[in-house]
Amino acid sequence: MSLLTVNDLRTYFHTRNGVYRAVDGVSFSVARGETLGIVGESGSGKSVTCYSLMGLVPQPPGRIESGTAMFDGVDLLHCSPAESCRIRGKRIAMIFQDPMTSLNPYLRISEQLIEPLLIHEKLSKAEAIRRGLEALEAVGINDPAKRMSLYPHEFSGGMRQRVMIAMALITKPELLIADEPTTALDVTVQAQILELIKKMQRELGMAVIFITHDLGVVSGLCDRVQVMYAGRIVETTDTRTLFYQPKHPYTRALQRSIPSLQPKGSELYTIRGMPPDLSKPLPGCPFAPRCEFAVEKCITTPVRLTEVAPGHSHACLRAQLGEI
Amino acid sequence: MSDPILELRDVKTHFPVTQGFIFKRHLGTVKAVDGVNLTLGRGEVLGLVGESGCGKSTLARTIMRLVPTTAGSVVLEGKNLTGADADTARELGRKMQMVFQDPYASLNPRLTIYATLAEPLLVHRMCPPADVPARVAELMEVVGLAPRFMQKYPHEFSGGQRQRIAIARALALQPRIIIADEPVSALDVSIQAQILNLLAELGRKMNLSLIFIAHDLSVVKHISDRIAVMYLGKIVELGPAADVIERPQHPYTRALVSAIPTPNPDTERARQRIVLPGDPPSPINPPAGCNFHPRCPHAQEKCKATEPPLIPGEPGRTVACVRLGEI
Repeated sequence: MSLLTVNDLRTYFHTRNGVYRAVDGVSFSVARGETLGIVGESGSGKSVTCYSLMGLVPQPPGRIESGTAMFDGVDLLHCSPAESCRIRGKRIAMIFQDPMTSLNPYLRISEQLIEPLLIHEKLSKAEAIRRGLEALEAVGINDPAKRMSLYPHEFSGGMRQRVMIAMALITKPELLIADEPTTALDVTVQAQILELIKKMQRELGMAVIFITHDLGVVSGLCDRVQVMYAGRIVETTDTRTLFYQPKHPYTRALQRSIPSLQPKGSELYTIRGMPPDLSKPLPGCPFAPRCEFAVEKCITTPVRLTEVAPGHSHACLRAQLGEI
Repeated sequence: MSDPILELRDVKTHFPVTQGFIFKRHLGTVKAVDGVNLTLGRGEVLGLVGESGCGKSTLARTIMRLVPTTAGSVVLEGKNLTGADADTARELGRKMQMVFQDPYASLNPRLTIYATLAEPLLVHRMCPPADVPARVAELMEVVGLAPRFMQKYPHEFSGGQRQRIAIARALALQPRIIIADEPVSALDVSIQAQILNLLAELGRKMNLSLIFIAHDLSVVKHISDRIAVMYLGKIVELGPAADVIERPQHPYTRALVSAIPTPNPDTERARQRIVLPGDPPSPINPPAGCNFHPRCPHAQEKCKATEPPLIPGEPGRTVACVRLGEI
């Protein structure tokens, strides 16, 4: 029984230059306690997918055209505002890429940190502060009593991200959505934050959706990975299969362009061309114009995400037919 | 190295920290770069790595004379740049060019690509004015852009293409050295590979020396001949690229290498990661002795007392750690 099941999600942006199909028919599910990685380059729709679930897509210009997202029997995309308020920030929490801009610079850490408790658990302020201290301690902030009354600018980047995590986890959510939480941090601090997310996940038994463009981060953290391209999922499978037996040409190309996997001094593999313009219709495979294996039918025939082995699905026509 | 093209001798760049507008009070000094000795060979690619705030960008700016040097000297092809008069410095400075991190911010949005690339050619009188259009077209071709885009503006290009324009601009003055400050950090993996290939190819073809600054060690290892690791304004380890990454000797380099996530699930899960406690200390009040001792898992009393000099480690390697043989 999965915790979250997303079916045929389509989020379009209606702009002056046409309809931009940022997320175009995405279906996936997350089980309790599982870590799902969503990988893709900028503009692949990985963030917009999660923003849609959290109701954070600005409408207009954005519009969720179709789809359902069942979270424990409630459709997140069509439920009443009151219902979604009971879930968001309580049972589903989110942390963002940039800890500089996602904390309110005018509020002390204490006020922002305990806000979810005051709203969702109706605790008294004293009780909430006590829980807040515990939460800061759990994420490894020394001297939390003193730090509680400081403002965000008095913290370093890594400390702010810890505060963000403490805030997200203070209501003990069942699902954490982490949108590139370590991209803005140094590698040594990134290592601290990744360890922290793993530790908190073990303690709370929550599911995590981890959005990133860094395949290295995914390999150590995630149980399953889905690769997105041009608003669609092109391949999804368990982490080992994705790294050792990738099937979709885009996944393979992505891996071949990472420097650490290649012998030193060799020329890196590059994907020719550019990602497609999502406001133009794409009848076939969105990757076909850049794919070295593409043939005529790839450009014209619609391709579906199809299960090729238990738990392994991809959307490559030629790989499905066994041609490559 | 027999004939280095660039030599840094005990370079220091300090910034005063003051408070108040009229009656300035001196609060302290940020020692952004604090005694760096480096040489760069002809055609060599030197990687410079370290966390944010370690002074790697300030070092680049010091070499480019974008910030004044506090002490020490920068010697380019045997001529001291720090003491040179403005004309000489400008003439010498032409031989070093810089590519910045953010291709969105480093190009003037109001200038066409032609104007951006023609400006250095005209200012430095690199060719007769009549030949400028042909030279601009040539530069664009060198970096893999079609010359027909000459009259477009930066916003009409993608991040990777803009970084190509920035590289073309750096090449316009036929420099001997290019300093690239995080040139691929803002780009996606597939685009990053294109820019890395381009820089490596240009370096080979034109026999350019390259100082490549990045925080991503796998990228630096791929492109560099030697790597210098910086921590809090000082170089802590310097040596051949593959050796430094595969067999790091300084405890900080070890922690840095172990922190990089590798795209390989089996090794990634089996690995013991050295997680450093805390954040890098403030460069205003650096710790006494070895800068790294408060976070170092091997620190002893003697580490707090003396500032470690760079001593020879493995062949071709220098390491700033007093416990080098012991750990």
